[in-house]
Amino acid sequence: MSVADNLQRLTGPYEQRSWLQRIPAAWWAVAVILLFMPVVANDFWLFQVMGWTFILGMIGLSLMFLAGYGGMVSLLQMTVAGVAGYMVAILGPSGANVSLGLAWWVVIPAAFLIAAIFATISGALAVRTDGIYTIMITLAIAAAFFYFTRQNYSIFNGYSGFNLVLPPKLFGVNWRDPMAFYYLSLACATLCYGAVVYISRSPFGLALQGVRDNPRRMAALGFNVTAHRVAAYALASIFASTGGILLVWQNAQIAPGTIGISAAIDVLVVAVVGGLRRPLGPFIGALIYVLLQVFSADILGLFGFSADRFKLIIGIGFLAIVLFSPDGVLALWDRWRARVDARKAAETRGAP
Amino acid sequence: MNAPVAPARMNQIGAGQAGSGNALELRGITKMFGALAAISDVTLSVRPGERRAVLGSNGAGKTTLFNCITGDFLPTAGLIRFFGEDVTVFPPHERIRRGLRRTYQISSLFAGLSVIDNVYLACVGVSRNRFSLIRPRPDDALMHAANMLVDAVHLTAEKNRLVGELAYGQQRQLEIALALSGAPRFVLFDEPAAGLSPTERTDLIHILTALPNHIGYIIIEHDMDVALRVVESVTMMHNGRIFKEGRPEDIEDDPEVQELYLGGGHG
Repeated sequence: MSVADNLQRLTGPYEQRSWLQRIPAAWWAVAVILLFMPVVANDFWLFQVMGWTFILGMIGLSLMFLAGYGGMVSLLQMTVAGVAGYMVAILGPSGANVSLGLAWWVVIPAAFLIAAIFATISGALAVRTDGIYTIMITLAIAAAFFYFTRQNYSIFNGYSGFNLVLPPKLFGVNWRDPMAFYYLSLACATLCYGAVVYISRSPFGLALQGVRDNPRRMAALGFNVTAHRVAAYALASIFASTGGILLVWQNAQIAPGTIGISAAIDVLVVAVVGGLRRPLGPFIGALIYVLLQVFSADILGLFGFSADRFKLIIGIGFLAIVLFSPDGVLALWDRWRARVDARKAAETRGAP
Repeated sequence: MNAPVAPARMNQIGAGQAGSGNALELRGITKMFGALAAISDVTLSVRPGERRAVLGSNGAGKTTLFNCITGDFLPTAGLIRFFGEDVTVFPPHERIRRGLRRTYQISSLFAGLSVIDNVYLACVGVSRNRFSLIRPRPDDALMHAANMLVDAVHLTAEKNRLVGELAYGQQRQLEIALALSGAPRFVLFDEPAAGLSPTERTDLIHILTALPNHIGYIIIEHDMDVALRVVESVTMMHNGRIFKEGRPEDIEDDPEVQELYLGGGHG
C-alpha cells in the first residue's frame, strides 16, 4: 500500500469538468439503484439487510480509515460504536430505569463527544505500539469495556442492557419505519463515505498516509507523528459512532453482547473481506457478511448443518480472501477489469 | 542539465532571520551504542549562514552526528543549541519547526506520490495546516511555495510524475527541495552528491551556492571536488572524534589529512 492508492493526484493538470461530471457512470447506476430500492424491496430487505449493511459498513469504514490510510489495525472500532450506542441508551429515554431520558439534541452530540474522547484516549495508548501489539492493545481495551458493561449495573445496566431505545420522532417521522430507516442509514453512510474520500486528499489525509509509509521521514518534515495518529483515531470515531447510534435504533436495544469480542472481530472480517485500501471496501464486505448471515441458514440446511454454523461459511470465505486476494473482494474486481481491458486492447491492436 | 537558478528566485526561499550567536552549537556530544562510542566528545559551533563540510572515512560518525542534531537519536551525553535554544532533548519535529532541515544519505521520499505532492507535504509539515481537513485549492499558498521549490531544484518538467519513476539524480534533487521547505535556517546535507553523474554534480554545486546567504549548512560529502567548492570551513572526523578543523585549502594540503583520508584508498 502506498500513497499512490489515491489515484487522483492532489495537483496535476487542473480539471475543467465540475466534480459532478467527474463521477463515473457506474456510480450513477449505484445511486439510482440505492435511491429507488424501496420501490421494489420488501421491509425485511430494507430494514434488516440494507440497514445493517450500511451500519456495519460505517463501523468497518472507521477501521479502513485507520488501517488503510494510517497503517493501524484497530480492533476497537466496534467498541467505539458501542460507547456511542450505550450513551444514547443511557442519556436518552429507554425501557431501563437507569436511563436519564434527556432530549435527543443533548443525547446525540454527547454520544459523539464521549465516544470521541474514549477513542482518543484509547488511541493515545495504542499508537505507541506497532503491528501485532496495536491489535493486542485495542483488543484488550475492547474486552475490558465488554466485561465492564456486563458487570456494571449502576450505569450500563449490566447483563440485560437497555431495551426500547427508540429514535426521536423528528419531523413527525417514525425513523424505525423500514423505509425511513433505510434512507436515514443510506444518507449517513453516503456522508461518511464522502467524508473519508475527501479527507484522504486533504493535508491531514495525505500526511496520515505519509506517516503510514515513512514515519521517520514525516518527523523530519516537521510532523508530530504521534499526534497525527491519535487525531486519526479521534476522526475515525465519528464514523464508528454514527454506525453505533444507528445500530441501537435499529435493534431498539443494546446489551454487552452487541459489543463483544466476536463483534469486534466481525468488523475486522468485514473490512478485510471488502478491502482495506479503499473506502468502498467495508461496505462491500458488510453486504457480503450480512447476506451470508441472513441466507446461510438455508444453504447450511441443505447440507444438514445447523444455522448457527454460518460463521463457518464466513470463516472459510475470510480464509479464501486472505489467501488469494489479500486486498479484498475489490482487488478481485480490479484484476478482472484489468484482464478485460487488456483483452480489449489486444483485440483493437489485432484488428486492421 | 539546467542553467543555474536566478538568485532572485532562490532568495524567496525561507524568510528565517539569522539570530545572534551561533546557528548550531554542540558541546561534548557523545553517542554510545552499547559499549561502542559512535561519536565521542564532539564540540562544534557553526555561525548563522556558515557553510561547513564534515569529512571522514566510513564509520567516522558523520551520519550519527547528523542523527543526534536532528533528534533521530538522543545523545548519551552533551548539549545541542540551535540558535541559542537548548534543543538537546527535543523530538525531531520540534527542531524541524524551528528551521532545522536535513536530507538523507539514501533517498527517503514518498515514491507513490508525485514530485509536487512530496514537496507539498514538506511545506505542510512546517505550516499550521498540518491537521487541515480541507483540500488545497489551485491558488493555495503552500502549493505555490511547493511549485517554487520544484523550480529551484530544476524539476519543473517532472512536477507531476510519480517520484518512483524519477531517475536517481532527480530523486536526490528532490531530497534537497524537501529540505528547503518553509523557512529553513540551517540544513544538514548527508552525501547529496553520492551516485550523481558529473553533470548532475555541477548542477548540485549550482543549487548549493545559489542558496540565500542566511541559510547555513553542514554537508557530509566524499567527493572533495564538490565538498570543498561549496563550503568555507571543514571539520575532519576520525573514529568518532573531531580530528582537525580549518579552511578547505588548509585541509586539502594537510599531510596528516592526506595520509588518513585522501590516501586511504577512497579515491
